Amino acid sequence: MEDDAPVIYGLEFQARALTSQTAESDAIRFLVGTQSLKFDNQIHIIDFDDENNIISKSVLQHEAGEIWHISASPADKAVLTTCYNITSESRVVTSSAVWRMPPEWESGSHESPDDPHNSHNPQSLDLLCHLDNSAHGNASCVLWEPMGDGKRVISLADNHALLWDLTESSTQATISSSATLEGKGQLKFTSGKWSPHHNCTQLATANDTAIRGWDLRTMKQIYCIENAHGQLVRDLDFNPNKQYYLASCGDDCKVKFWDVRNISEPVKTLEEHSHWWVSVAHLRDTHTHTYTHTVTSKINGNLDNDNQKHGCLR
Amino acid sequence: MDGDVSNADTTPPDSDPARKRRVHGMLKLYYGLNEEGKTVDQAESLDPCDINGPHFDPEVYLNKLRRECSLGELMDQESCMVKQIRSLDSDMQTLVYENYNKFISATDTIRKMKNDFKKMEDEMDCLTTNMAAITVFSARISGTLQDQHAQITKLSGVHTLLRKLQFLFELPARLNKCLELQAYAQAVTSHRRARCVLQQYSHMPSFRGIQDDCHAIMDKLAQELRQKFRDGGSSAKDLSECVELLLQLDEPAEELCDKFLTHARSRLEADLLGLEAELRPVLSIGPTSVVVPSTGPAGRLSATPTAGSPIDPTSPGNPFLSPSSRTDILEFIDRGCNEFVSSLCLVIASYQELFVNRPQESNLAYKNIPQMAVGKLHAFVDSLAARYFSLVERRIQEEKSVGDNSLLVRALDRFHRRLQAVAKLLPGSAVPSQGTEIVVRAARERVKQYLAALQSFYLDSLTDVRQALAAPRLGGSSAGGGSHLGVPAAGKDALASLPELLSSLSASILNQIKTVLASVHLFTAKDITFSNKPYFKGEFCSQGVRESLVVNFIKFVCQSSRQFCESAVDRGGSTPPALLLLLSRLCLDYETSTISYILTLTDEQFLVQHHSPVTAVTALCGEAREAAQKLLNHYVKVQGLIISQMLRKSVETRDWVNTIEPRNVRAVMKRVVEDTTSIDVQVGLLYEEGVRKAHSSDSSKRTFSVYSSSRQQSRYTPSYTPSAPMDTNLMSNIHKLFSERIDIFSPVEFNKVSVLTGIIKISLKTFLECVRLRTFGRYGLQQIQVDCHYLQMYLWRFVSDENLVHFLLDEIVGSTAHRCLDPAPMEQSVIEVICERG
Repeated sequence: MEDDAPVIYGLEFQARALTSQTAESDAIRFLVGTQSLKFDNQIHIIDFDDENNIISKSVLQHEAGEIWHISASPADKAVLTTCYNITSESRVVTSSAVWRMPPEWESGSHESPDDPHNSHNPQSLDLLCHLDNSAHGNASCVLWEPMGDGKRVISLADNHALLWDLTESSTQATISSSATLEGKGQLKFTSGKWSPHHNCTQLATANDTAIRGWDLRTMKQIYCIENAHGQLVRDLDFNPNKQYYLASCGDDCKVKFWDVRNISEPVKTLEEHSHWWVSVAHLRDTHTHTYTHTVTSKINGNLDNDNQKHGCLR
Repeated sequence: MDGDVSNADTTPPDSDPARKRRVHGMLKLYYGLNEEGKTVDQAESLDPCDINGPHFDPEVYLNKLRRECSLGELMDQESCMVKQIRSLDSDMQTLVYENYNKFISATDTIRKMKNDFKKMEDEMDCLTTNMAAITVFSARISGTLQDQHAQITKLSGVHTLLRKLQFLFELPARLNKCLELQAYAQAVTSHRRARCVLQQYSHMPSFRGIQDDCHAIMDKLAQELRQKFRDGGSSAKDLSECVELLLQLDEPAEELCDKFLTHARSRLEADLLGLEAELRPVLSIGPTSVVVPSTGPAGRLSATPTAGSPIDPTSPGNPFLSPSSRTDILEFIDRGCNEFVSSLCLVIASYQELFVNRPQESNLAYKNIPQMAVGKLHAFVDSLAARYFSLVERRIQEEKSVGDNSLLVRALDRFHRRLQAVAKLLPGSAVPSQGTEIVVRAARERVKQYLAALQSFYLDSLTDVRQALAAPRLGGSSAGGGSHLGVPAAGKDALASLPELLSSLSASILNQIKTVLASVHLFTAKDITFSNKPYFKGEFCSQGVRESLVVNFIKFVCQSSRQFCESAVDRGGSTPPALLLLLSRLCLDYETSTISYILTLTDEQFLVQHHSPVTAVTALCGEAREAAQKLLNHYVKVQGLIISQMLRKSVETRDWVNTIEPRNVRAVMKRVVEDTTSIDVQVGLLYEEGVRKAHSSDSSKRTFSVYSSSRQQSRYTPSYTPSAPMDTNLMSNIHKLFSERIDIFSPVEFNKVSVLTGIIKISLKTFLECVRLRTFGRYGLQQIQVDCHYLQMYLWRFVSDENLVHFLLDEIVGSTAHRCLDPAPMEQSVIEVICERG
């Protein structure tokens, strides 16, 4: 990427949901979910060819509603989850579901990404199951167990964290355990990340200005960084290589790096950006293009993703 | 004439001596020999008529007689005269006769003498022969006595020797007696006289015995002397005599030096222990330690009530309170000087008297004694001085109170001055220079303490300012984040006092700096002995005072100000925004004038000659400006985030789909406008207005729905054309992204308008972002329209470029419309009516 021009991909609709597909080991693939109140929403599957520096895409229909969060199964590259808004006349409800991509999308789309036929008649996703959380409020995100077999997901809905077990075919989901954030006021999880370390027994969540860590075996809080950011914490991520390190970003225009063993002060604070950070992510080997794991390149990678998205959003 | 005649008549000539004498006299008179020399006679003799006078003129006399006298009288005269002539003739005859007789008798005598001499010559010859005979006899006798004489001489020599031997034999006894009488000097003199002889004849047993006896006695004597020397109670004169004698007794000088010094050391160490005792309680002081009586002799003791609570001087308390308890440093140093240093000087002087400056002739050829003795003395003085210095340094280190520097300076001065005495006595000694070093170190330490004191003073002042800012606002106010809608009057009072707080803060800091400078200036006062040392002339002024004190303090001010920006807000320890603003202004004032003023003041007071590079005024100003900028940026950010928070909460907590038709501007918007107004007032108190771009005269009336709705029309009906992802709409959006990009958190300038612009930018951008995360119903959109119009009406006046507000508000309404399920905008006229209703 150093020499090549940045690759820009534009969408017709605004989009806020983006994820990389970790189950796909051959290609560098991103999934983008769009937001449109009036039209059927789409999921764009974007493959990046890093040798030729070109991208190819396919579009799947997501008719259920506008997508606020998307994440792909780490085990099955055809399976993904979305959090989406259902808007009716009187109310807006956010729910989440597990989807399977139709098996044919790949053959058709790959050959000619700009084929109008494909674009005009996009295929729909197959619904596997709803993560039925009507009792728990609006879902904000769904997290797959990192490096898992695609059987366990966590959904964050309002002030609940729900751990789901999926059946073999992912057609049925049952809540195996849950945790609730108690406190005064209307507490609401804004985002979370499932730690890939410690046998995937830890979860970190963000609500308002605080970051909390949870032990999934007991579903109890293990640490809490109060006032991690001056304003709302928007996103966080674990360092894939350092088990105690956590990055967070928020409305105070800062990115902070934390050592969860010592939460009184951040390890490092970045203030280069002059606007909200919406998302932070550490780059993982298979999708890093040519980045290395330094702090700077992480940020650069983020900025690139961010810019791509910004390009889409506006 | 008559008298004379009568006299001659009455006394017969030559009959009695008187008459003879008279005749003699007359003769004499005749020959001009005036024995008596009587003037009367002379006067009379001038008369030519005086018959006895030398000037007698017979003619005149005759004529006179003839004229004056009658014949009878002449006759009488004539007979008288004849009579007198006759008598004179007889006298003359008598005299001649007498002379003749005498001549005859003299001739006889001479003849007789001639005979006598002849006889005498014969006798002399006889005497000569006799004498020759005597000489012969005498020679003969001498020859016979020769042998006996030699024998007598020999005997007399033997006698002397025997007397000497007797002295020797008596020597032990005599020495013993001397010893008894304690006449040591006499004993030593006696012994010295005998020593050589005894040494020479020591091969003879008898002499040997004497020598041994003497040695034994002298040893005893030496011992006694040593004892006396050791006891040391004796006066300096005795002591010196002692040493003199011991030296004469071949006592090793080295040992004597050592003993002398050991003895002196014990006394000096007692002094040192006394000094240390003053220090010791400090070290052993504990929470329940002795209550130090505050009735010390010193009136200088601080007024701290020590009666009940012992003050631990080692505790890092308020440096402006005097922590010293028992004696102040001046007393301590005084005691050290009077006891230790003066004793040391005495010891040095007497030592030098005894060992070093001995008159050469009395010296027993121990050439190396002075060098050896001086060497020992140096070692001795050095070791003791080292201990003394360590004590002094400990005491100085305890001197943490920066209240009164003059005491310390005076103490140091005294300390330094007294060491000059040692320097004079002991020219090569390192002691004075070490003392100077201590003074230098103390001065350095002092500067550090002053810096720390200044820093803590600054922080305390800031705390005071914080309290002053917080106190009137306890009831809740604009920045408190409470739910009050109105700005309480108390808050306004606090804001009004902002400039006063700034000026009082600035003035008190400046005052403090001046006080400290004055205190530090004491170190370089003319009457202080060490002020003319090179360190105090050069490095102390430039490196010490200017750099480490003044410059470091200014840097500290900037740095601590910057720290308010670092993490205070994030970590909960919220700094009041007003404080940020105030500090920003303070730093800016420092940049513009205060720094150069302080540095000029310092340079003038200390006449700093910069040998080493010093921090330039411009560098400091730059730092201050940077701090000011950072603080102001942070202020903007904090205030912006406070308003943002309100807006965000208001957007997030509302159900925008099911909201009712707007009838009012939402309260939060009024609150935003009120807060912005109060911020405007606050900033206006400290910063100038700043420049605005020209704006239309009637901005508030701008019909922003006209263009917004027209733009919205094109925007919120996006053409869904999946075949052309890079359509014109997107291109225009991208274009917009670059052309109209607003740097939300950009640095602000030092004026009110720029600050307010920054705050409003941040707030509105947050509003925009929050809106984009929500879904709106028709009335939700309309409510946003109303709110934006309200903001439009009031916010434009605060910013430098009103188009900025317009643009951001348009964006908000546009985005809301985009997120709206049923985008039916409200009529502009209705919006205006609602907004004007308030």
